[in-house]
Amino acid sequence: MPEQTKLELAIRQKLQQKKLLLMTHIVLGYPSFDDSLRVVEDMVKAGVDLMELQIPFSEPMADGPVILKANAEALKAGATVEKSLEIAERIVSEFDIPFLFMTYYNILHTYGVNEFVSRCESIGIQGCIIPDLPPAEGLDYLEAMQADKLAPVHIFTPNTPDDRMRFLSDNSAGFIYSVARKGVTGKETTFSDDLSDYLARCRANTTLPLAVGFGVKSREDIDFLTGKADIAVVGSETIRIVEDQGVSAVKGFVESLVA
Amino acid sequence: MRNSGYFSQFGGAFIPEILVSTFDELESAYLEAKDDDSFWKEYLELMSTYSCRATPITRLDNLSEQLGGASIYAKREDLNHTGAHKANNVMGQGLLTKRMGKTRVIAETGAGQHGVATATMAAKFGFDCTIYMGAHDVARQRPNVFWMEQMGATVVAVKDGSQTLKDAINEAFRDWVTNMDDTHYVLGTACGPHPFPEMVSWFQSIIGTEARQQMLDQTGKLPSRVYACVGGGSNAMGIFSGFIDDKEVELVGVEAGGRGRGVGGHAARLAYDDATIGVAQGYKTYFLQDKDGQMQDTHSVSAGLDYVGVSPILSHYHETRQVRFEAATDDEVVEAMQRTVRHEGLIPALESSHAFAQAYREAPQMSPDENILINMSGRADKDIFTVADAVDDPKWRDFIITKAAEYQMGQNDKKQGNGHA
Ligand SMILES: Cc1ncc(COP(=O)(O)O)c(C=O)c1O
Repeated sequence: MPEQTKLELAIRQKLQQKKLLLMTHIVLGYPSFDDSLRVVEDMVKAGVDLMELQIPFSEPMADGPVILKANAEALKAGATVEKSLEIAERIVSEFDIPFLFMTYYNILHTYGVNEFVSRCESIGIQGCIIPDLPPAEGLDYLEAMQADKLAPVHIFTPNTPDDRMRFLSDNSAGFIYSVARKGVTGKETTFSDDLSDYLARCRANTTLPLAVGFGVKSREDIDFLTGKADIAVVGSETIRIVEDQGVSAVKGFVESLVA
Repeated sequence: MRNSGYFSQFGGAFIPEILVSTFDELESAYLEAKDDDSFWKEYLELMSTYSCRATPITRLDNLSEQLGGASIYAKREDLNHTGAHKANNVMGQGLLTKRMGKTRVIAETGAGQHGVATATMAAKFGFDCTIYMGAHDVARQRPNVFWMEQMGATVVAVKDGSQTLKDAINEAFRDWVTNMDDTHYVLGTACGPHPFPEMVSWFQSIIGTEARQQMLDQTGKLPSRVYACVGGGSNAMGIFSGFIDDKEVELVGVEAGGRGRGVGGHAARLAYDDATIGVAQGYKTYFLQDKDGQMQDTHSVSAGLDYVGVSPILSHYHETRQVRFEAATDDEVVEAMQRTVRHEGLIPALESSHAFAQAYREAPQMSPDENILINMSGRADKDIFTVADAVDDPKWRDFIITKAAEYQMGQNDKKQGNGHA
């Protein structure tokens, strides 16, 4: 994927002002669509640089208990793909940071891969993360994304060999999402020398900006990542805060990360 | 680029990146084992000494006469150790786990049969074992949970989603993405990402290979029709594989018709028109899902058939019309089971009874020169609570009430005892 996407350009521009960007993750429709809108507003005001909007799916196999529950609750509260797309459209038009969709492949497959990608383009979504769609299964998707100059983001993991990392990078645009450890979202991660070595290996195998996620949840984690990655991803922790302390607590939490 | 494991448009491996190298390793181990004649020899040896292979076929003399059409035969997978065909797959994957040098196994289970079989294998081979089971199924299959725990397995009741088989599979994957270095996931049916559908069908093909030869030996010809119940599709793939190249044999897969047509009331993905093609749990097949692609609740009196997806290989056979799909409702199934118990002294599991129900429906219209073969995938000991309720047996109810009262009293005595001490 030789062409630079709008997403990568935006990231590189921001990186001139800041050493480490912050990306957060929300599940659309959890606890409600109004709350989603509020949380996005608070996050953008608090200084988040880019956001993943997850379209809920009934079988989120790569997600841990916190995001799993948020998916289930959103669906129970009546979230549909159409409503998710509509709220995303509003979000993108109201807030001036890059937004990505995160969802599972069945959502695209059912909607129609080309139709879904065109809709992303018309909404102004800049990229997608589809954790259960390896490049070999997603040729249509990759083609459609490339045609619309959108960024398909793939994932590096600690047990991804170097040649596979390069293959994934060749099929990605925008940035690479590197997961800090094995397992699902929302569990503890040890920020250690091993992680530094792994991140150095990720760096060596892609020229795209590097995001790091899974278990990032405090100022210390962010400090650790500064200089080793370009984007820190905070996912489950903000959802956990919504769950434990309510929507209004999100702003303070994000501010504590970027302060 | 790996893009294998397709059966026309069905199958594939839609897996999170973290599992890609684990699947590569599994696929290589499977292909090496398949190429290595000594592996299958070791497998056959194990199955004939630890389980009950070759399982016989039995002619249902009384029902064949009563129904007055084709002669009915049953392939007796109920006689496997642990009471179902699940043992065939589990023992095979156990040998593969040893080959890969792993020391822990995990599995999902619906009816509990696959969980019991896996716990048994783990006890025999000395593996650590965790079984994921939907909380709803834990509640309806206590006897199986009891045995799994006796055999040293940890049974985790999964409270997410519909609390049945699909949720147990998701949870097993969540374990695997963390512990793949020492853990093998013993998937219980011919579903999931490549190579599972193909590999599980390979181990289960032992059923069809035996059955074909036995029919030839005992009746001098091939059966006209072969019936198997279809949950994920492993017992069906197992018996069908023996006859798939015999054009004169009609293969009939019987799904859970539950309370009848209409989403939510059944688990018939191929026989009814409620399912559409989708991708979930790592593979592409027909799923019972809504128009957004969200999986829907399913229902069946039998936990083992209560599943949203179906083997990609069977979806392929559905399209090529190599297998005909039918559904039997809960009521028909309980009736077929009672009839089999009463007149043949055989006790088919509720899952297997789906195949019996369809065979009993069709046999009378067939000629007495014809033979049909039913895969009796398991026995119903595990279903005693469900069956006793379904047949509404007052003596069973009294027994449970009395037993419960005894436990209650025991508990009160203990409490009082503690109080005095
Ligand atoms: C006795 C019995 N038969 C059939 C099944 C259904 O599985 P499959 O379709 O993979 O054979 C089960 C599943 O638990 C079972 O216990």
